[in-house]
Amino acid sequence: MQGIASEKKALTFQELVFRLTKFWADRGCVLQQPYDVEVGAGTMSPDTFLRVLGPKPVRIAYTQPSRRPADGRYGENPNRLYRHTQLQLILKPPPENIQELYLESLQAMGIDLREHDIKFEEDNWEWPVGGAWGVGWQVMLDGLEITQFTYFQQCGGMDLDPICGEITYGMERIAQFLQDAPSIYDVVWAVEPDTGRKVTYGEIQLAGEQQWSAYSFDYADVPKLWEHLRLYEAECLELLERAKGFGEMDRLALTRFPVLGAYELALKCSHVFNLLDARGAISVTERVGVMARIRALVIGVAKAYAAQGEALSSMAS
Amino acid sequence: MAEFLFEIGLEEVPARMIAGAEKELRERVVAMLERERLVRAGVAAKSFSTPRRLAVWVGEVAARQADVREEMTGPAVKIAYKDGVPTAAAQAFAKKAGVEVSALKTVQTPKGEYLAATAVKAGRAAAEVIAEEMPKELAGIYWAKNMVWRAGRPERFVRPVKWLVCLLGNDTVPVSFAGKTAGRESRGHRVLHGDEPVPIVAPGEYEPALMTAKVMADVEARRHKIRKALDHVTRAGGRTSEPALRWREDHGLVDTVTHLTEWPTVVMGGFEPEFLPLPEEVLVTVMRDHQKYFAVERDGKLAAHFLTVLNTETDAKGEAVIRHGNEKVLHARFTDAKFFWEFDQRVPLTERVALLEKVTFQKELGSYAAKSERVRAVAKKLAEKSAKRSAKLDAAALDDAARLAKTDLTTDMVKEFTELQGEVGGLYARAQRHAEPVAAAIYDQYRPAGMEDRIPRTAEGQLLAISDKADTIAGMFGLGLEPTGSKDPFALRRAANGIVKILAEGGLPLTLGDVADAATADEKVRVKMEVFFAERLEFYLREAKGQAYDVVKAVLAAGANDVRDAVARAEAVTAVRGSEDFAAVSAAFKRMKNILAQAAEKGIKIEHGKAHAGEVHATQRQLADAAGKIGAQFKANAARHEYVPAMELIAGLRGPVDAFFDQVMVMDPDAAVRNARLALLAGLVETFSKIADFSEIVTAG
Repeated sequence: MQGIASEKKALTFQELVFRLTKFWADRGCVLQQPYDVEVGAGTMSPDTFLRVLGPKPVRIAYTQPSRRPADGRYGENPNRLYRHTQLQLILKPPPENIQELYLESLQAMGIDLREHDIKFEEDNWEWPVGGAWGVGWQVMLDGLEITQFTYFQQCGGMDLDPICGEITYGMERIAQFLQDAPSIYDVVWAVEPDTGRKVTYGEIQLAGEQQWSAYSFDYADVPKLWEHLRLYEAECLELLERAKGFGEMDRLALTRFPVLGAYELALKCSHVFNLLDARGAISVTERVGVMARIRALVIGVAKAYAAQGEALSSMAS
Repeated sequence: MAEFLFEIGLEEVPARMIAGAEKELRERVVAMLERERLVRAGVAAKSFSTPRRLAVWVGEVAARQADVREEMTGPAVKIAYKDGVPTAAAQAFAKKAGVEVSALKTVQTPKGEYLAATAVKAGRAAAEVIAEEMPKELAGIYWAKNMVWRAGRPERFVRPVKWLVCLLGNDTVPVSFAGKTAGRESRGHRVLHGDEPVPIVAPGEYEPALMTAKVMADVEARRHKIRKALDHVTRAGGRTSEPALRWREDHGLVDTVTHLTEWPTVVMGGFEPEFLPLPEEVLVTVMRDHQKYFAVERDGKLAAHFLTVLNTETDAKGEAVIRHGNEKVLHARFTDAKFFWEFDQRVPLTERVALLEKVTFQKELGSYAAKSERVRAVAKKLAEKSAKRSAKLDAAALDDAARLAKTDLTTDMVKEFTELQGEVGGLYARAQRHAEPVAAAIYDQYRPAGMEDRIPRTAEGQLLAISDKADTIAGMFGLGLEPTGSKDPFALRRAANGIVKILAEGGLPLTLGDVADAATADEKVRVKMEVFFAERLEFYLREAKGQAYDVVKAVLAAGANDVRDAVARAEAVTAVRGSEDFAAVSAAFKRMKNILAQAAEKGIKIEHGKAHAGEVHATQRQLADAAGKIGAQFKANAARHEYVPAMELIAGLRGPVDAFFDQVMVMDPDAAVRNARLALLAGLVETFSKIADFSEIVTAG
C-alpha cells in the first residue's frame, strides 16, 4: 500500500523530531538535550524524575534515546530495538487543554485526524523502582500505540503537588507509521539537501543494534557486571548517608552536595541490572531482591533531593 | 414540574469503569431528588455515557420543594403564661417553632392544656437544593482508581473534569464541582465536530443535540450500532462464491469497544493466510487481547480477516488508511508469533527439560526442574491409587506430561504471551508428535483458572493439574508461607479450589486426604493441608453449589475428605430439609445428641449389645425394630451415595422416634435400662451422623 504515504510527503525522522520539538518550544517548553547517562526511558532522566518533585513549575521537552537491553534483536526484527528514541514532555502543572495540545501536536507532524482512528485507552504507568506512578492512557493511532500520556500522582515515594502531565512519544513508531515503512531500518532519517540522498535509519543505527545486542546477550561479563553493580551501589549509599547531614552544612556545601551525582550512580545500577537481566543472569526470585536494592537508591535520591531543596529554601528565609 | 438534565464532561474514562459509574450517578441523582422531595417515587429517569461524559435525565422535577408543616407541642399552659403574660418558656417555644407568640395555640392532652404551634419549613427552590447536593453526590461516586490534578489536591476523581451541564427546564442550575460551574454547553466528538461547544437548549434536546455533534450518548443504541455494523461489514466483506463469513461473537469485547467510542464505525481488515496454520489460541489472543479486534470465521474456522471498531467515521480513503495501519500492526505481531512458533520448535520440549534447571520456581523450593520431579512423583502415587480403585488412565502419558509440563516456560512464545502458558506447551507437544493424552494434559494443567472455568478434560490432565497444585501448596506450607486473611500472593486458595473442583466434577476416585498424603511426607504439613482443603471444600459447597451455610457445616462435620460424597450429601440434605418429617427427625436427632452429651458429662459409659432383664418399653422396641428394618437398606443407599433415599428412610422414623420421646425417659434410674436406651440412641446417632451432623441444621422456631 505504498500509495497512501506518498500522496502527502511524509516527514523524515529528523523532521518529525524538529516539528515536534518546535511545536512544544512554541508553547513554552524549554528544549533540553538528552541525558547522557544510560536510561531506559525519558522518565528516568533527572529532567523528569527530579524536576517533577517539589512545587516549582516546569515546562520541558527533550528527545531521549532509551536503552532496553532485553528488547535487543540484533537488528533483525523490523519493529523492535535495543535503543529507541522517546520524545519526552513534562508540563507541570498540566494545562487545562493538554489533550487538545497533544492532538494538535499530532497534526503538526502531518497526521490528519479525520483520516485516522485515535483512542485514549486506559494505561496507568508505574515505575516501582522509582516509587512513581500515575494515571492516564496509551494513545492508539489506527491500532498502534504511539504515546504514553500520564498524570503523575507520586514520584520518589512522595505525593506530588502540583502534579505534572507527562507525554512520551515513540518516535520510531511514529516515523515508521507515517512513512509506511515495512521496517524501522527503512525509515528515512534525513534527505541530504544537496544530493537528495536518503539517509536511512539503518545506516545510522543498524551497527549499534547488532553490536549492543551481541554485547548484552553474548559478551557482557556477568561477574564484572555484578561487581559494577556492587561498586555503584556502595558509592551511592555512602553519598546518601552523607546527605543525612544537610542540617550541619553551610550554604555552599549544601548547594554543591552531589545529589545529582548520587542519582547518576543509581541510574548506572539500573542499567547494569538491565544488562544482567538480558544476559539471563538473574533468576525470577533474585530479581525481587535486586530491584528492591535499586529502589532504595532511587527513592533515597528523591528524598535527598527534596530535603536539599527544603534546606536551601529555609536558609534563604 | 420540569425535565432535568445533568452531564459531567471528563477526559477519557477507562472503559471498564463507565457502566458502573453511569448507573451509580443515575441512582444517586434520583435518590437525592426523592430525598429532597423534588420528585415522586418511581419518576422516569435515563442515563447516558461515553468515554468523555456521564449524564442523567429525569422526567418530572418540581421547581420548588413543598412547604413542610409540622405540628409541635410545647410547654404546659400553666407555665407558659403567668397572669396572662407569656413567660420565657412560651417565647422559647414560639422561637423554636418559628412563629409569633401570638400565633401559639393550645391543645388538650391527657396531662392538661399544652401550647402547640404549626411550624412551617419553607420549601426551597429546586435549583438551590440541587446546587447544594449534586457536588456531594459526585464526590461520592466510586472509582476503582482515581486521581488528583488541581493544585492543592482539592478533590479526587477518575479523570480531570472538563465541563458541567445542568438544566432544570430550560434554565441552568449553577452546580459547582472540581473548579467547574455548570452551564448549558456540552462538547461534541473531538475530531468529527471539533472544539465548538454544543448548546443544550432543553433537557429533552440532549440526545439529539449530541447526535448532531457526532456523539451517541445512549449506550445501548451505540452497542446496537456496533453489532449491526459488525454484521454489515462482515457480510459485505465476503465473496458470494465462498461460504459466508461470520464474526465471532464476543460479548465482553463488544462491551469494551462500546465504552471506548463516542461515534463507532467498523472496518474489516485482513492478514496473510500464511498465519492461519498458527494455533487459534495464539491468533485470537493477539487479536482480541492485544488489539481489541473481532475474529472472523468461515464454516466455524478462523478466516484471515479481522474487524476493528473505530471511534470515528470517515470516507473510503480514510478507511483505507486506517485499515492499512491496523493490518500493519497485526502483521507485525503475527510475524513475531510465527517466528516464536518456529524458532521455539527448533528445541523440542524434551530437550528443554534440562533448561528448567535454570528457571527458579521459588528460592527455597528450587528450580522448575526440581518441581517437575516432585510433581511426577505425586502424580505417580495418585495414579497408582486411582488405578487400584479401577480408574482408567494412561500412567505413561501422565508421567511424560508431568516431565514436560513446565518446559514451555523456556519458550519465547510464553515469554511474550505469558497468559498462554500451559496451552502453548500442549500445542507444542501435539506439534512435536507426543501422544494426544500427553498434549491434552499439558494444555489443561492450569485449569480450572477460576470457579467458572472448566476442569481438565482427561483423567491424566486432572491428575497432572491436581499434582502440580498440591505440590505448590505443600511446598509453600512447608516454608510457613500459608495464606493469611488478606494476603495470598502465591494464589494457594485458588489452587486448592481447583483441586476441589476437579475432584467434584471429574471422575477420579480420590479424596482430599489422598492428595495431601501424596504431596508431602511431613505430617505437620499434611495436617495443615487437610484443614486447608476442608476450608476450600466448604467454600466450594457454598459458592459453587449454592448450599446453605448450615447444611454445609452439618455435612462437613460428618466428613470433609471425599468431595463427591460431600456434594451428594449436601444436595440430599437440602432436598429433604423442607419436609416436616425431616424437620421433626432433625430436631429429635439434636435431642438425642444432647442426651448422649449429658450422659458423657456424667461419666456414664455406654455398653453396646448388653442385654438386660426386664421389660423393654413398647415404643423403645418399636423404635429399635424400625431402625433395624431400615438399617440394611440405609447402608446400601449410603454406599452408593444415594443420600436422598437414605434421608427419606430416616425421615420415616419420625413416628417411632416421636412416640419414644413422648413416653419414655431415657435416663431411667435403673442403670441397665438406661444403658439400653442410651445404646439405642447412640446407635441411631452414629448411623445418621455418617450423612451429616443434623444438630447443625437450623430449623424454624
